[in-house]
Amino acid sequence: MENFINIFVQSIFIDNMIFAYFLGMCSYLAVSKSVKTANGLGIAVTFVLLITVPVNYLLNKFILSEGALAWASQSLGGIDLNFLSFIVFIAVIAWIVQVVEMVVEKFAPTLYNQLGIFLPLIAVNCAIMGASLFMQQRVGDVYHSFGDILAFALGSGVGWWLAIVGIAAIREKMKYSNVPKPLRGLGITFMVTGLMAIAFMSFMGIKLIN
Amino acid sequence: MNSNSRLKVFTTPFNSGNPVTVLVLGICSALAVTVKLQPAFVMAISVTVVTAFSNVIISFLRNTIPNSIRIIVQLLVIATLVILVNEILKAYVYDVSKQLSVYVGLIITNCILMGRLEAFALGNKPIPAFIDGIANGMGYGIILIIVAFFRELFGSGTVFGIQVIPESWYVTQGGFYLNNGLIILPPMALIILGCIIWIHRSINKDLQEK
Repeated sequence: MENFINIFVQSIFIDNMIFAYFLGMCSYLAVSKSVKTANGLGIAVTFVLLITVPVNYLLNKFILSEGALAWASQSLGGIDLNFLSFIVFIAVIAWIVQVVEMVVEKFAPTLYNQLGIFLPLIAVNCAIMGASLFMQQRVGDVYHSFGDILAFALGSGVGWWLAIVGIAAIREKMKYSNVPKPLRGLGITFMVTGLMAIAFMSFMGIKLIN
Repeated sequence: MNSNSRLKVFTTPFNSGNPVTVLVLGICSALAVTVKLQPAFVMAISVTVVTAFSNVIISFLRNTIPNSIRIIVQLLVIATLVILVNEILKAYVYDVSKQLSVYVGLIITNCILMGRLEAFALGNKPIPAFIDGIANGMGYGIILIIVAFFRELFGSGTVFGIQVIPESWYVTQGGFYLNNGLIILPPMALIILGCIIWIHRSINKDLQEK
């Protein structure tokens, strides 16, 4: 249990998707003009991460990694399908985003109206693909069980959500400040994100997972 | 399409249509791989190759792809090309490919690719699409290389791994100079990019946001 909490906290603050790895920057910059929409996108990203990362973990464990096919038959034990992982991961992500969109539309129309426009965008959000690739890179030496993967997926999503809501709140306030003309919009957002990232760096060096 | 408009297709991404500083596409990888010039250079070439060829392939297929499944077709074409690039990098420049880690895979979700396919390749012939792909890849690469140049020069005192700041200047050798440790850390990439946008928009006033 303690291990799950450690991984969860580590992926929110120390390995924050935006401030430490710059993943999902495109939608982070494009959809952070108001807190309300940022919140919607944050929820959607967390939701999709929570489904795609575990699914990709299972695929990686039982199909893609070296010798993984041994469960099917002994003769397939020597096959290494690792080179296929990019195409499998992106296909899974695109497919799950579609399914999630349909399910949410059917069973939770209010949520669908809130998330509506953001859901299809998520298929090409680097944070989703990045989380799957980090999972593949770290599985075995950092994450050992299915629970670890769930904690990592949830933590990454919440970290991203926190970051986008934070920047959206700052941008709402910044409307009233006198920013130099060439910096308005994109430029100042980069600088503020940089400053936020420096603040988040104070978590660096804290080692929660051994 | 005459040669004049082809020239325009080629030059736009370097100034008023730069994918990173104007269209805000492909930020994720632009920031994460710019600690040193060499990985940034390899990344720039990889993205240029993938953009150019995916543009050509989609442009050839543009009349046969049904509209409703075009996104998944685009993703599959891109993912295939990225797998090829990844295998080539692993074979010939293994060290750099280790440094780039997950960011090679993240070329798939690099918004520049989808953006160019949607905006240009689906409506144009293969040759202009090829030029557009090359130019956008290079427009992205230039930003990468500028950021990496400053980060490597001030962070490690080298350019392409060659010592530029004289050894005798360093404090350890009895001099006065120290490398700036902060600039190697992720947040400074954002601030440098913010400065590039600032300079670019002071020169090209049409790009300023209100």
